[in-house]
Amino acid sequence: METTVTTANNEEKTWGGGDIQPLGASYGKMMMWFFIVSDALTFSGFLGAYGFSRFKFIETWPLADEVFTHFPFMHGVPAPMYYVALMTFILIFSSVTMVLAVDAGHQLKKTKVAIYMFLTIIGGIIFVGSQAWEWKNFIKGEYGAVETKGGSLLQFVDKDGKRVALEEFAVKLPEQREALSRAKAKWFMQDAESLPTYTVAEVQAGFKAHPDLLIRTEKLTETKKKTVLSRAESETRLADAKYVVEGANLIRNEYGNKLFADFFFFITGFHGFHVISGIIINIIIFFNVLLGTYEKRRSYEMVEKVGLYWHFVDLVWVFVFTVFYLV
Amino acid sequence: MSHEHVSNTKRIWFVFGLLSLVTTVEVILGIIKPASLEFNHFIGLNLLNWIFYILTIFKAYYIVWAFMHMEGEKSALRWSVVSSVVFLVIYLLFILLVEGHYIYGVFKDSTIKWNF
Repeated sequence: METTVTTANNEEKTWGGGDIQPLGASYGKMMMWFFIVSDALTFSGFLGAYGFSRFKFIETWPLADEVFTHFPFMHGVPAPMYYVALMTFILIFSSVTMVLAVDAGHQLKKTKVAIYMFLTIIGGIIFVGSQAWEWKNFIKGEYGAVETKGGSLLQFVDKDGKRVALEEFAVKLPEQREALSRAKAKWFMQDAESLPTYTVAEVQAGFKAHPDLLIRTEKLTETKKKTVLSRAESETRLADAKYVVEGANLIRNEYGNKLFADFFFFITGFHGFHVISGIIINIIIFFNVLLGTYEKRRSYEMVEKVGLYWHFVDLVWVFVFTVFYLV
Repeated sequence: MSHEHVSNTKRIWFVFGLLSLVTTVEVILGIIKPASLEFNHFIGLNLLNWIFYILTIFKAYYIVWAFMHMEGEKSALRWSVVSSVVFLVIYLLFILLVEGHYIYGVFKDSTIKWNF
């Protein structure tokens, strides 16, 4: 009987793939590579879809430099790129501590692995926090804009082309309407969201009262600037206004094309979700290191496997950084 | 090599320095946006974007090779991971971007105005 039974090996490690190692990689590592390849294709699909929409609206796409201009403790100072560069450095640095943890694992230095894992977790948490701050600024918006009946977005500038916020010129008219919340309306009359601070009429009246204001459309010029209309053209365009847009949500945003905010939320959100799951997995492995699980196994391969995932998250960020902020 | 128990600390810090340097260059270029690079095109893409994409792939190479330790794996594993991803991504981008550009043309030349 024994001669007909084919067993890969007699070791008790069979659950982990045994001693058969295709391509010289252990079972766990190989599966991590499988996952990374498929996840890389998922992210490529998202970034490709972003490229598709951008190519489709190539003449009206928002300029990233005008959208992401915030830096902590620098109110009102436009600082494009700096904050996202800082986030990139944080993530690269946490990748470095991760690879140092893997390196220490090869030498079976438990304390060193634990310290580097801990630093990696801290780096990840700082990154997710930074991203939350970025989202907060993006959602809150800065200047506000109006949307026309046809769905294009109008922003306001002064004579020098500097952006002007709605609150700087809009007037308060007496016929205000309150947002219909559940407490203040019939059950079928609820507003989808809270009303913007100003109504279209208030913006239009304020625009009329400030003759030096002009309207900027989404259209890009030859030199990759947004087109500023003349005063007469501005007045005709503003007559078509339908909504006042403040900040960003999934339906409309004050920066320009609606899809821009959707892709921003979805892609950076999906990446942030990967970072969060990476942090959780890192925490689990960190406690296993502290408990000496891998010390007993005489192998820190688990650290290597979560390391692969963590570096992958960093790798995706490198591409998100380029596609969203640079190009 | 994953089987050797020698410390790679020196190389790790070297790669960190390299990645930081490349990111700094990207950020500086992104802030200055030199007109000579931004408004000169090469195969439908301006030179600045060419630089950004090349530097991105350069960084990706170092992350995968040094941090994910691809350089220590068997070449069969390297090829199965890298070639399938590279091929499928190029294929996907080709389809999506060409199609996006086509729809841009349809919107632009059609008699109906979509956004007004």
